[in-house]
Amino acid sequence: MIKYLVRRLLYAIPVLLGVNLITFILFFSVNSPDDMARAYLGQKYITQATIEQWKKSHGYDLPMFYNSEVSGIAKLKETLFFKKSLSLFAFDFGQSDSGRNIGDDIRHRMFPSLAIAIPSLLLGLFLNMMVALLLVFFRNTYIETTGVILCIVLMSISGLFYIIFGQFFVAKLWRLVPISGYLSGIDGLKFLILPVLVAIFSGLGMGARWYRSLFLEEIFKDYVRTARAKGMTEHMILLKHVLRNALIPILTGVVVLIPSLFLGSLLLESFFGVPGLGSYTIDAINQQDFAIVRAMIFLGSLLYILGLVLTDFSYTLVDPRVRLE
Amino acid sequence: MRLVFLISDYFLFFLFFVFLFFLIRALNNPVSRSSWKRVFYHPWGLFSILILFVYFSVALLDSVHFVTKIPSSQNNHVFYSNDAKSLLDQLIFPIGTITEKTYSAPFATTLYTKQTAEDKNGNLIRTYLPLLINKNKTHLLKTSHIIWVFVNTGIVSLLFGAILFSLITFLFSLKRKLSFLQAFKILFNPHGGFPWKTCVTTVSAILFFFSIFYLFSGDYHIFGTDKVGQDVLYEALKSIRTGILIGTLTTLVTLPFAIILGISAGYFGGWMDDGIQYIYTVLSSIPGVLLIAASVLSIQIYINNHPSYFLTMNARADLRLVILCFILGITSWTSLCRILRAETLKLRELDYVHAATLLGSSSWRIIKNHLLPNLGHLILITIVLDFSGLVLAEAVLTYVGVGVDPTTYSWGNMIDTARLELARDPVVWWPLTSAFCLMFIFILAANLFADRVRDAFNPRSTT
Repeated sequence: MIKYLVRRLLYAIPVLLGVNLITFILFFSVNSPDDMARAYLGQKYITQATIEQWKKSHGYDLPMFYNSEVSGIAKLKETLFFKKSLSLFAFDFGQSDSGRNIGDDIRHRMFPSLAIAIPSLLLGLFLNMMVALLLVFFRNTYIETTGVILCIVLMSISGLFYIIFGQFFVAKLWRLVPISGYLSGIDGLKFLILPVLVAIFSGLGMGARWYRSLFLEEIFKDYVRTARAKGMTEHMILLKHVLRNALIPILTGVVVLIPSLFLGSLLLESFFGVPGLGSYTIDAINQQDFAIVRAMIFLGSLLYILGLVLTDFSYTLVDPRVRLE
Repeated sequence: MRLVFLISDYFLFFLFFVFLFFLIRALNNPVSRSSWKRVFYHPWGLFSILILFVYFSVALLDSVHFVTKIPSSQNNHVFYSNDAKSLLDQLIFPIGTITEKTYSAPFATTLYTKQTAEDKNGNLIRTYLPLLINKNKTHLLKTSHIIWVFVNTGIVSLLFGAILFSLITFLFSLKRKLSFLQAFKILFNPHGGFPWKTCVTTVSAILFFFSIFYLFSGDYHIFGTDKVGQDVLYEALKSIRTGILIGTLTTLVTLPFAIILGISAGYFGGWMDDGIQYIYTVLSSIPGVLLIAASVLSIQIYINNHPSYFLTMNARADLRLVILCFILGITSWTSLCRILRAETLKLRELDYVHAATLLGSSSWRIIKNHLLPNLGHLILITIVLDFSGLVLAEAVLTYVGVGVDPTTYSWGNMIDTARLELARDPVVWWPLTSAFCLMFIFILAANLFADRVRDAFNPRSTT
């Protein structure tokens, strides 16, 4: 199994190289560094000299892939692709276009993202499972039909509206929690309530419906029939047998998300003024700070691949039939 | 008057004809006809189809653009207006043509905020100015009158529904040689038959809203006006086309990638499978929003640096919409591709495919005759399930700043400009609420439809 995991992790390298190549081509070939400098300095009244100066100060004055002016291995090393893209592999994120150290920013902004992402994931998971179990318990009744339609209704509301209406009603009209902001430590708890609630409810429709279909798949299997024949009550069957067996796909579906929790949520963080990585990314997009976007893309892909490997690994933990070869 | 076609119009009409083509094919095929019957014969399915029909009609009407002649002094030279109108603008004529100064509430007769104006004696006063739309109307309706018209329209719609249902029952009783009461019982509780009740109710409800729009649109801004005085109903209606275009054109872009790559990876295997798997692993491991943002930003800088390629603002905004669809398509084909690859791997090992190979059929022939027909339902289900997600994605992307052009009418733009208005005092709630309602009804219908299609076309489903 160690061998399998090592192979999977090694396979991540060409994938990440591909990711880097795509972002590099997007950022440097479609927009040459000259275009970037022009966009950054403003269109009017700039001379070629100021452009060159900007490029030099931000390290964009190198050739793309191959530097013929130097000798030896430096031919490949003294290039934009190596300096700006491949250095990400060493977690050297470099400087943003506005001159800040990206690595430091990421390390500081990780925790606010996690403060929202972890409670929303756990509470959301619990609520989704409870609602789905209830729907399955009341199957073939009007309660189920109504519940399923309600789930579709919840799914049909854009996430933006959950945030906007949540802020308007809960925070502005009823004044239960602050509208936005963030504090670290226990005092900051009141700032987290609304974003977590919004995250849970915007995912409830989709999640509950999905878990319901997983439970329904289990409920027609033989072992359930056996349990029923033994005279087990329906709710005991659901909690003892169906829930446990359906936990396998549920858990592995969640495990893939865990590494990406670091990145936070783009929308929630920017609406609620949380200084996490999600709002960091949005700000970078709005300011067209490509160095940050490049770093976040790399980080996101890395965490996603890590999630996939963890998923495979978690299969072996929860399902003894699965062996990784 | 002269017809003009924007790039997105070509695509929409192309999609429309593709849709018609597949509709005719589906109706000629007994298997798919019975599956579609299960969609149509379910109350939610029928409800969603009727709603979607209205939305798609609006989008198609909004895609027939034309420019009008500008009266000019030179007789031999004809000038056309720069600003393309659509057939929809013509049909809903008074809506959207009158622009107020600033915010006005739904069904208001004055502006929402006080303005400085001169009174009769020439003194400057702060007052609520009357709206342009109902300034010189002598029959200015009171609130009670508006309610009266609403109730009346409601009663008329109900009556219309009742009459329609009786007529259908009557024809049904004649056809089946039943008494009217028996026919009524069957139609009211169809037990798997065509849900006439839902049909009539939905049609009456649609009729009710159309009548309300028709009756009031000349005298009032039904959904109020926004910050620059633009009619909100008009904006919300024009946004339908953008939403639908993003949902459908993106699907059109994903399909060739997903189908060709998915089937070849599954069928041929070997290095082709490895290569295609590598491509989609790379693409799907990049966080979706970031990849889209990166592409859109790059394209945007490209457009800004080459302004001479684009003639009018309109064409530029339209091109950006089409490019957005392409980018969304290129970044979102991976999930369908993965599904098709897995299914092809399964189908490839079936006996009839082996038999066809032994008989010397070419790969192309096997794919066309044996694999594609067995993948059709998967493709259909995935398309329909993804549609609402794409329409929702537009709003989020526009908020992030990488969506449609700010001058394009779209729900995302409406939400983006209106989200701070709830923080005003007094609250300006109508632009956001209108966008919410029109979007919600559309997405709800699309989701209900997807739910029914999945049930009807899934060979494993039992209900």
